Amino acid sequence: MSVIESIIPDERVEKLSNAEISRYSRHLLLPQIGLDGQEKLKAAKVLIVGTGGLGAPLALYLAAAGVGTLGVLDFDVVEESNLQRQIIHSTRDIDRPKVASAADRLKGLNPDIDIVMHNTMLTSANALDIIKDYDIVADGTDNYQTRYLVNDACVLLGKPNVYGSIFQFEGQASVFYAKEGPCYRCLYPSPPPPGLVPSCSEGGVLGVLPGIVGTIQANEVIKLIVGGGNSLIGRLLLFDSWEMKFRELKLDKDEECPICGKHPTIHELIDYEQFCGLKPDHEPEPVDTIEAKELKARLDAGDKIQIIDIREPHERAISPFEGSKPIPLGQLVRRIEEFDENEDAVFLCKIGQRSIFAIRALQEAGYKGRLLNLKDGVNAWARDVDNSLPQY
Amino acid sequence: MAQVLIPTALRAFTEGNSSVDAAGKTVGEVIAAVAEQYPDLKLHLYEENGTIRRYVNIYIGDDNIRNLGGVDAPVVDTDTVMLVPAIAGGVR
Repeated sequence: MSVIESIIPDERVEKLSNAEISRYSRHLLLPQIGLDGQEKLKAAKVLIVGTGGLGAPLALYLAAAGVGTLGVLDFDVVEESNLQRQIIHSTRDIDRPKVASAADRLKGLNPDIDIVMHNTMLTSANALDIIKDYDIVADGTDNYQTRYLVNDACVLLGKPNVYGSIFQFEGQASVFYAKEGPCYRCLYPSPPPPGLVPSCSEGGVLGVLPGIVGTIQANEVIKLIVGGGNSLIGRLLLFDSWEMKFRELKLDKDEECPICGKHPTIHELIDYEQFCGLKPDHEPEPVDTIEAKELKARLDAGDKIQIIDIREPHERAISPFEGSKPIPLGQLVRRIEEFDENEDAVFLCKIGQRSIFAIRALQEAGYKGRLLNLKDGVNAWARDVDNSLPQY
Repeated sequence: MAQVLIPTALRAFTEGNSSVDAAGKTVGEVIAAVAEQYPDLKLHLYEENGTIRRYVNIYIGDDNIRNLGGVDAPVVDTDTVMLVPAIAGGVR
């Protein structure tokens, strides 16, 4: 059991008005929350990093619950393909800043709370300054550099970091609170190399999944504020929505952890782009590329080219590439004999990211022929060469 | 044979299988047997020097192998070995 007392100091707590008592009566009737807990919620300041799939349910439920100050941080604008899961935004919000769209929705839901908009990217330069004013950070980020940045800033400032992460049908949730247990670095000391793990924009994600994981995060935020219950500190919750299975793993503090261990070596925020291998001097050799129009010209000229579509069958069906040979990414190395080293091979996927990985995997497996990446993938082909195909 | 649970993020490399049976006396041997069966998985599990990548945690039951002696942790046939890679969901 990991029972945490409320992290809101008593001196910040103010009485509820009669209107607030009416509004939150279903909370007040719970002995675990009651007047004390609801007053703590009113006094609490929570920062939600990212107003996407995870941030949407997080912000909606915390606003509804009466968290007095909600910070929403995002630098992005609403895109149409966000609306399949980011339920805080509406169709009319397309192209608006996500924080503005979110703030409107939250104010409509609960006009009594303060919404603070941070229409910016969280960086090493601004993170401590932004986070220091909040009691809790809820991490709804979608990339490793921000995830490590949020973790490190929370450890350095002594704040709890309520974590959630999603991919396809699978989610993770935990509470990282270095004073009481492990941090994200204790679990994952370093991120995967760039490109190794496909993103949701390539791998897809079930729209409901961030709803479930983000709601679990909101649940953990509320317990930290009101105190009591059994926190996810020291536990990693794994959720598989396709199997409909929850698993729970023990998470220990790593005594060797460079930021929260016994002998920390990180005392300030670092360069997270570099840490995550995203700086040019850390990136592996670029692969050879070919533009869609150039490929079309070579094909029209009758060049012999092997065109390898590395997408899975269900994805190829969205926007088929005529004349290509389908070999899914996960089978390339096993089927290396099917390639002709004397002919150029062009690899294609949706946006030309996974195909880079495909080329590297074959190079590492010892393939000697010329390998080319179709720049920006079949979406570029649909844009520049064959307008009859959809972009997705 | 121990049962190895494959997370969604790695199933593209195991022909979609969410669970693979593999033999071995230690967790290191079990993982190596899985990688032998599915060579496309190797790049995801191992660093160039042959150690397990640090963004992949391995659990036997609900215990991290870090607390059980690392890759030398013993495995018996009734054990469930679970790969738990970092997931982010983002655009990069």
